[in-house]
Amino acid sequence: MDTFSALAEPTRRRILEFLGNRGELSATQIYDFVNKQSPVTAPAVSQHLKILRESKLVDVEKRAQQRIYTLNPRGLMELNLWVRKMTQFWDERYDALDRVLEVEKKKLRSVKRHGK
Amino acid sequence: MANKTKVTAEPNRHDILITREFDAPRELVFKTFTDPELYVQWLGPRHLKMSLEKFEPKSGGSWRYIHKDEKGHEFGFHGVNHEVTFPERIIGTFEFEGLPERGHVSLETVRFEELPGRRTRITNLTVFQTVADRDGMLKSGMEKGLGESFERLDGILEKSK
Repeated sequence: MDTFSALAEPTRRRILEFLGNRGELSATQIYDFVNKQSPVTAPAVSQHLKILRESKLVDVEKRAQQRIYTLNPRGLMELNLWVRKMTQFWDERYDALDRVLEVEKKKLRSVKRHGK
Repeated sequence: MANKTKVTAEPNRHDILITREFDAPRELVFKTFTDPELYVQWLGPRHLKMSLEKFEPKSGGSWRYIHKDEKGHEFGFHGVNHEVTFPERIIGTFEFEGLPERGHVSLETVRFEELPGRRTRITNLTVFQTVADRDGMLKSGMEKGLGESFERLDGILEKSK
């Protein structure tokens, strides 16, 4: 699943925000958090975590008997980069349009000044 | 007082919405979309040479333009104007010819809104056939030459702080 689709699901977005607040969390802590907001099954939560892992939005590390989750900055960066590139592309284009408009406005003003 | 371009692209959707305000009256802003001499001055990325092969800014008219880079690589785009209504809106199709297969056409609606103080807001809504078409758009010709500076995470990461 791509990053955008992975993020489309509200529970997964909440998990990411929770992870962002706490830094790192075990799978059990994540389950408790999600379950407190709305009752879910453990398999449902592990499915969400699997999608987040596969779309590289989170990292997981095995520590003793626990799976510890953290945000994966690179995955998030990719998404962020997409919107940013899009914004930059349109910024450049529209800044150029600003310059064209300035020239055209000046022309119109001088036509007015010098009469018909 | 710089005008800011706002890009809205929600996950798992087919559309992108781009809004921007301009310090010029609506009729003039509209003219920069329909006058070929003005159009070529702003549409293309700075490092690419733009040439209009065909330009019919009227309902039912069609257009095609080519961006050429320093090495002579050409990127062609074409589409049909479904509606051109002065000075309110332009609706039309858009296809990048450099994709591996034909048929990935999007529908673009550009609206020109009059604002107080002789200003104009342009909203540009593009609807793609699939989410993948939309998300993949930057991977095609558009990406060329865009700066790759990403200093820090904003977006979700910022929100989660």
